[in-house]
Amino acid sequence: MKPSPLPPPNQPMGHYVNDAPFDPRTIEEMTPAQERVYLASQWRLMWWKFKRHKLAVISALFLGFVYFCVIFAGPIAPYAQDTRHVEHIYAPPQSVHLFDENWNFIGPFVYGYDYKLNMENLKREYTVNTGKIQRLRFFCLGDTYRFWGLIESRFHVMCPAEGEPTFLLGSDRLGRDVLSRIIYGARVSMTIGLVGITVAIILGLFFGGLAGYFGGKVDMVVQRIIEVLQSIPSIPLWLSIAALVPVTWSPLAVYFFITIILGLIDWTGLARAVRSKLFSLREEDYVLAAQLMGASSGRIISRHLVPGFTSHLIAAASLSIPTMILGETALSFLGLGLRAPITSWGVLLQDAQNINVVALYPWLMFPVVPVILVVLAFNFLGDGLRDAADPYK
Amino acid sequence: MLIYILRRALLMIPTLAIISVLVFTIIELPPGDYFESYVAELEAAGEKVDKSQIEFLKQEYGFDRHPVERYFYWVGGLLQGDLGYSFAYELPVNKIIGDRLFFTILISFLTIIVTWMIAFPIGIYSAMHQYSWSDYGLTFVGLLGIATPNFLLALVMMYLANVWFGTSIGGLMAQEYVNQPWSWGKFVSILEHIWIPVIVIGTAGTAGMIRTLRANLLDELQKQYYRTARAKGLSRTKAVTKYPLRMALNFFVADIGGILPQIVSGAEIVAIVLSLETTGPLLISALQSQDMYLAGSFLMFLALLTVIGVLISDILLAVLDPRIRLAGGRTK
Repeated sequence: MKPSPLPPPNQPMGHYVNDAPFDPRTIEEMTPAQERVYLASQWRLMWWKFKRHKLAVISALFLGFVYFCVIFAGPIAPYAQDTRHVEHIYAPPQSVHLFDENWNFIGPFVYGYDYKLNMENLKREYTVNTGKIQRLRFFCLGDTYRFWGLIESRFHVMCPAEGEPTFLLGSDRLGRDVLSRIIYGARVSMTIGLVGITVAIILGLFFGGLAGYFGGKVDMVVQRIIEVLQSIPSIPLWLSIAALVPVTWSPLAVYFFITIILGLIDWTGLARAVRSKLFSLREEDYVLAAQLMGASSGRIISRHLVPGFTSHLIAAASLSIPTMILGETALSFLGLGLRAPITSWGVLLQDAQNINVVALYPWLMFPVVPVILVVLAFNFLGDGLRDAADPYK
Repeated sequence: MLIYILRRALLMIPTLAIISVLVFTIIELPPGDYFESYVAELEAAGEKVDKSQIEFLKQEYGFDRHPVERYFYWVGGLLQGDLGYSFAYELPVNKIIGDRLFFTILISFLTIIVTWMIAFPIGIYSAMHQYSWSDYGLTFVGLLGIATPNFLLALVMMYLANVWFGTSIGGLMAQEYVNQPWSWGKFVSILEHIWIPVIVIGTAGTAGMIRTLRANLLDELQKQYYRTARAKGLSRTKAVTKYPLRMALNFFVADIGGILPQIVSGAEIVAIVLSLETTGPLLISALQSQDMYLAGSFLMFLALLTVIGVLISDILLAVLDPRIRLAGGRTK
């Protein structure tokens, strides 16, 4: 057994000094990997944290794609917004095939339809004719549209075969292509949330800032207003305000009016977020430090407080966009929101308003798919942003 | 406790006062009034309009007076239980509103119960199996409920119920029971129909509740007392249901206040699609024809419903959580 390094009981301990030279900086030295993390800026940290939320990243990419479609709706849609095919009313969706019946590779194509009007019940009957092979064309010339209302163009990414029309998602009661209309409808539905949220952010920043910065009585009043607004069921409120729109207004005016309504009612959540964030940030040491160094209130707000809650504000905003998109859909569906010459997803769903459509032409409900996907994507994105908003946690 | 309830109830008065001003402003805002659209309609139909009679009606209902004066007239009536007169139905609003309001309350109430019954077990399960596939799956299904527009879901459910169970389409009861006195058949017929709106409206609220419960329960599961309970040998289920669940229950109850306006909103829109005999369809037609007393009283009632709901949730919260009770009603 080795002798213990400790002295026997009641004996003083021997003095020990390490001979190795001591450099105080070695303790604080970090590995390059650590240094990367510790010296990273706030936004870089947020990005790292955001990247870890896989669903949020996928959602962001998806939304990016949708907005890309919004910008290039004209070339991406196979038809123009209102092209009618009188011969093909309520045509069911066609699926894209790559191989024909005998497994010969042909490339993307659809089978044509034989159309017959059943004289007994006046039902339009479409039967798939496997003899009619219609090859889809890509990067081709088709319907004329005005790109952003400025440049006239006929270029499309995808067009149907020459002669016969193709409806990948079916056609509606006027023989218009549902897919093209969904793509065009995205322009309104996807921007209505953005415009609405801008209104909501401005109001939320103003009232939330007022309450958070002044506190006391002002805070009391703002809080009560928010409580009242939140306790009124929003859809009846939307309905009542939307019923104000005079029928004579131009579609564009109606569009802006509806977005403003959505924003006017939806700012309360944002205002609360701003207020509570301001309250907690006001007490932070760095704000006190800035005050002691003689910074003016304006500088403290703009340089120290605002950057502190922008990330939270973005997260909260992305979580309330889906409410607006759903709100627009609901209002338009009831005929109180946007009306026919405008194409939005809600307006498209108006066609799916009665039970006959569900039974006979279920493809008219397709516009609900992008609505669900976009709302889900915004929710996941918001979740990811909220997690990333406070990277120091 | 009593003081708290009293204070909280008194706080309702200014809230309702502000809401009434808001509601009145909204129904006053559109240019013109019911009589103008009525006259226009008659003239369009080629009928002769007796101007003096219209003038008389206008005077009778105070339409020649200043809006502020009319507001006090309306509120004064409300306080005495007089909801005004519906021009379109030519009946006092009280007569039209009764049954419909009852059904709105019934549907909202049932929806909350169903929401709870679904959200509660799922929320607990999700929290206890955090980041498992079932957790992701359930969260996703919940979110899907938020993302699907209610009205379309209602339409599809109505169709499926008709195909599978042969339930008659639309309405809250079979046609032969409408406007009939209560009977066993009517009751059964209502039960057959009511589950569709309840489920449709519930889908939107459930997901929110699951999320709240899961997040709060997860917070509680991190805490020392839960670890102590586990260390002392309590089984996982028992440890969770005994302590953290009670804490999380508070947020659950507090959430009623947030979820109620949402449910009433959802109930309105679903009622319009399903043409239920509730306030929804009537409200929309009243708004469109500027039948202002009817619309105003409806809006006011819906607001009252939510405000009372929030009050109940606050009182329940005070019963459950001594910290709130002892603070004597001071709101933070």
